[in-house]
Parts: sequence; C-alpha cells; structure tokens
Amino acid sequence: MSENLVNPENLVYKKTDAMTDRVLHYCPGCGHGTAHRILAEVIDELQIQDQTIGVAPVGCSVLAYYYFNVDMQEAAHGRAPAVATGIKRVFPEKYVFTYQGDGDLAAIGTAETIHACNRGENILVVFINNGIYGMTGGQMAPTTLEGMKSSTSPFGRDVKSMGSPLKITELVAQLPGTYFATRQAVHKPANVRKAKRAIKKAMEYQKHNKGTCFVEIVSNCPSNWKMTPVQSNEWMEENMFPFYPLGDIKVPEK
Amino acid sequence: MKELRLMKGNEALAEAAIRAGADAYFGYPITPQSEVIEYLMANKPEDRTGMVVLQAESEVAAINMVYGAAGCGKKAVTSSSSPGISLKQEGLSYIAGAELPCVVVNVVRGGPGLGTIQPSQSDYFQSVKGGGHGDYKLIVLAPSSVQESVDYMRLAFDLAFKYRNPVMIQSDGIIGQMMEKVELFEQQKRVEPDYEWATIGKKKDKPATFVTSLQLQAEEQEKVNLRLQKKYREVEKNEVRFEKVQCDDAEYLLTAFGSCARITRKAMEMARAKGYKVGMLRPQTLYPFPTEEFNKMAEQVKGILTVEMNAGQMVEDVKLSVCGKTKVEYFGRFGGMIPSPEEILNALEQKIIGG
Amino acid sequence: MAKRGDVVIDIEKCKGCEVCISACPHEVLSLSSEVNSKGYHYAVKVNSGCTGCANCAIVCPDAVITVYREK
Repeated sequence: MSENLVNPENLVYKKTDAMTDRVLHYCPGCGHGTAHRILAEVIDELQIQDQTIGVAPVGCSVLAYYYFNVDMQEAAHGRAPAVATGIKRVFPEKYVFTYQGDGDLAAIGTAETIHACNRGENILVVFINNGIYGMTGGQMAPTTLEGMKSSTSPFGRDVKSMGSPLKITELVAQLPGTYFATRQAVHKPANVRKAKRAIKKAMEYQKHNKGTCFVEIVSNCPSNWKMTPVQSNEWMEENMFPFYPLGDIKVPEK
Repeated sequence: MKELRLMKGNEALAEAAIRAGADAYFGYPITPQSEVIEYLMANKPEDRTGMVVLQAESEVAAINMVYGAAGCGKKAVTSSSSPGISLKQEGLSYIAGAELPCVVVNVVRGGPGLGTIQPSQSDYFQSVKGGGHGDYKLIVLAPSSVQESVDYMRLAFDLAFKYRNPVMIQSDGIIGQMMEKVELFEQQKRVEPDYEWATIGKKKDKPATFVTSLQLQAEEQEKVNLRLQKKYREVEKNEVRFEKVQCDDAEYLLTAFGSCARITRKAMEMARAKGYKVGMLRPQTLYPFPTEEFNKMAEQVKGILTVEMNAGQMVEDVKLSVCGKTKVEYFGRFGGMIPSPEEILNALEQKIIGG
Repeated sequence: MAKRGDVVIDIEKCKGCEVCISACPHEVLSLSSEVNSKGYHYAVKVNSGCTGCANCAIVCPDAVITVYREK
C-alpha cells in the first residue's frame, strides 16, 4: 500500500539539482552536508544557479566545489573573502558566496574576513563553526571552547596561554559594512529550516546590494570530538550553544 | 595616433594598464611603487573604461582578489615592491597552479627583510626561479625604460592570456621613479570573458566550472605538472626577447637587464672609446631566458661580464647558458646602491679583458 | 487523521549516522543489520507510521532521503 505513494505527484522532498550527485566525502553525521544542501536549495529556489559563483576554503570543505552545482573557485587558506571580493567587484550582478570553516575564517583569514565585511562587500559568508580543525585531524581552532580537548590542547584549552575562543560573528557584526549577521545550527529539523530561511534572506539582501551577510552555523565534528553523530549533536547543544548562542546578532534596521 | 607624454615609470604602468583594457587592479601601497595605485585612483578608470580599482587590506588579500577576478576570465593586475611581492608568493603559486592569467608588477627595492626603499634587482631569483612553492614559472619581463614599462604592460596581458599564466613585470626603483617621454598606445576595449575555464556562472546543460589548484591524487597532480612543464617549454620556444647592442664584432660581452642595462650601455660606450670591442646583450625576458643567444655569443667572445644590482643572480643563468665555453664574471652593487659606468668599465678591464 | 507518507532511502549513499532516526517524530526509521558496499549500516523503514513530514530528509547530511506524501 505504501509503494503506491512513491510517485512524482506525491513528491514532497528530494535532493536539489543545485547539488551534484557526488557522494560527499564528509564523515557520517557531519553538519557540512546539511549546510551545503540548504545553501544549494536556496540557490535552486531563487533560480540563481546560473548567476552564482561560490568560493571554497581550505579545510574539510576544500572540495565543496565537487558538491555545489554552481561555478566555484577554490581559495588559498583563509583568503576566500578576498577571492570573493575579486569576483564580486568584476561581476557585481552575480551572487557570490564563501563557505568557510573556523580555522579558515577566524584564524588564518581573520584579516580578509574583517576587511571584506568592513568594506561591506555584497557577498554571503557562510561560516561553519565546529570548534576544531577537522581536515588536519582535530587540532585546536580559534573557536575551541575553554577546557575543550583537541590534539594541540590535549589537556583542554587553557585560555591563559592559548587565548579565549573567538566570537568572530559578534565581532564582524560591529562593522558598518555587515548588514546581517546570524548564528544558526543544522542538527535538528527546526534548526535546519531556520538556518535555511537565514541563508535565503541573506541571498535576497545580496540582490539589493545591502552589504555583507554573515551566517554562522554552529556545527559538530563527530570524528574529532570522538563521539557518535547523535552524541556530538547533544554535546553541541550542551556545550557549544551556551557560549555560541543561536539567533540573529545583527538584523537590518527597519 | 601618437600620444606623447612625459611620465613617471610607475604612472606609465598604471596608464598602460587602463589602456590595455584591464578589468581590475587590486593593490596595497608600498614604496617605491605607490604611484601605481595613486595614479589609478586619481584617474578614475571606472569612469574611463569601467575598470575596477581597489586598495586591499594587504598584499596577500590583493593577490587573492586578483585570483578571484582572473578566475572569472577578467584582466586583473596588481603591483607591489619586494617585501610586498614576498607576501604575494602564496597567491602567485595558486594562480600558477590554477592556470589563471594575470599581471603582477614588482618595482624592486633592496633587501633582504624590510631592506631599503632604494632601487635594486635582488628579486631576480624570486621572479625567475619560482618564488612560491611548487614547480611553476612566471613569465618575467624586465623593462629598462618608461616606454618599455608601457609596452610590456600590454604585452604582459597578451602573454598571460595566451598561456594562462601569471606574468611579472620586474621594474625597479629607478625605472619606476624616473620621468621619460613615452608614446602611449590607444585605448583597448575591455572584453566580456567567455572562456570555458572561467567561472562566469554555470551554463545550462553544461557541468559547473571550478577553478582550483588542488589535486588529491598524485597521478593527477603529476599530470598537472607535466602540462605546466609542456607550457613552459612552449614559452621558452616562443617568447624569448632580448636586445643586442654592437655585438657583431664584439670580443667581450657585457650583459645587464632593467635600469642597470642603461648604465652598462654607457660603460660599453666608454670601453669602445678606449678601443675595446665590447658589445651588450640585454635580456628583456628574464624568464624565458635568452639561453641560446648567450650560448652563441660564448663562441664569439673572450668573456662575459654580468652587471647586476644584486649580489650576483643572473650570472648563474648566464653560466648555465654558456656551458663553460667562455669565462663568465659578475660585477654589481646592491642594497640600493647603483653602479657607475666607471666602476663597470673598471670591472670589465680587471675581470674580463685583463683577467 | 494524519496523511500517509513514505520515504525512499538511497542506501548506497547512506553513512548510517542515525541523525534521521532521532529526527523522526514517529519512530519510523532504524538502522539496518545489513551493511552497504561501503560497510555502513544504513537507515531503513521499520513501520508504516510515516506521515511524509520530511524531518528525516532535511537533517540528512548526505541528502539520501526522498519523501512522498499523499495528496
């Protein structure tokens, strides 16, 4: 009886064509895939697949251009906002986004991040914050929580010698060029829906040249946190969200 | 239609970039090349041709903005001087790896480190041997006049797009700062890019385009390297440029590039006046290097003196070119010091003619 | 009465992360005892309680779930 439901007129959800059919290389349960998908869905829904140019970072999502079915450039570590600036300045009518992790955006690329926002580049920055360096195998990130263990803070992050976790989204929200800054998550259905709405809003702002839109997604890293995906999402709620509270940080003035 | 102007080398480079139909300039101020961006800002290329000019937060950001624009198939240029060029090496390596066309100007000053703001040629190795990481080459043009600065800017864009490779114009603090009469070429139209390798927005029914220098598999990376090497052999075959002065009867050869070649030419004339049969070979492309021409000259002359504003860098390429057929010596001043014609003549007499 | 729904899971692309399982409000999904060609246990439907809400699909990091719902 349920088989007869599986036909095109009953379809309510399928993978968007703005993503390719490649199998994602991410670890099981990693939030990257979901974040990719909702961004791709927004591109699909706004019908801007032919007008969008993305910039991939260095980090776990270095191969993001395999998965987004849009034209993309792979930037050097931390330089995505500069590369995106170069693209947007010569193609002001295109939709340009960067997709960056915490090491890329908030450590090695801090200058590029801040100055792109400060110039109010009309780009979307999608920032995945999981508090750890994934690709290189679990080293400390600028956003690693106090006391959190990583392979370069094996006894926990000691803020006296290693500095405090960096709330870069709050920081860029201070800049006049930043039009919209928000912090979201993608581990639960309600969060995914909200995060997608935020990304959609940001892309629409870009159409009207409002300035930089900055969407942080607090995410998990099951492999390097050494947890199952479901445990990692629970750990994220209990530990990451109190320090990185979800919600809008800067919203356009009416 | 001739348009003659008296211009500073750096300003001439900027004007030439506009006229060459450049789409974008991204740069960061540093002495002795800040006039490039100052001229661009003052001359409003946005109004003249639609060319974008942006002062970046750093040289690192500037070269990566160039990467982004070049990846869209646009004509992008940046300029800096030695310490700033060091900062651009990461970006240059990525641009070479992703096979993007762009033009980079280096108005060389003395180093190492913060060094000095006075003119130098001590970035020769950095320019011609790679500079950044990985097996790659820049095409390197060395103007020795303001006129050549103008002409090479246009040539640099042509070569960059012909080979999809970064091209460096290696000027120096003398050429950049001095004023000379120049003949400017006519304004070239900016072109809307439509290259299959450029990210200009995914076309329907075609796979998306991506610009990258990453290959996960060693086999694939080797293929990229083989393709690059094949390209460099083509460049070496087709693009060697040099100037020969009084070489027909020469028994001794002087060689120098850029500003230093002007002083060396004076030394050559002084040597001729003293009765020595001296010629000069001036490489205009530092890469590809005029290897064959030096090899030919080595069979004719009794010795070659390279004159450089560095501690002896090009001399290594001259030695490699002549394969031991003739004596090769070096003379130079560095750290911002400029050799005099008398010093050069003296070195020629001591090291080559008398030696 | 809630509408009936159904899901189709691309089991070869499923990595068995179980995020969909905890997202399903009707406990329709579970992990297979079999493994796919990559060695992952994959998500399977274990009852007919699906309402086609798509919660499983929208949290699936690998976009392997297609959802249907009666009109």
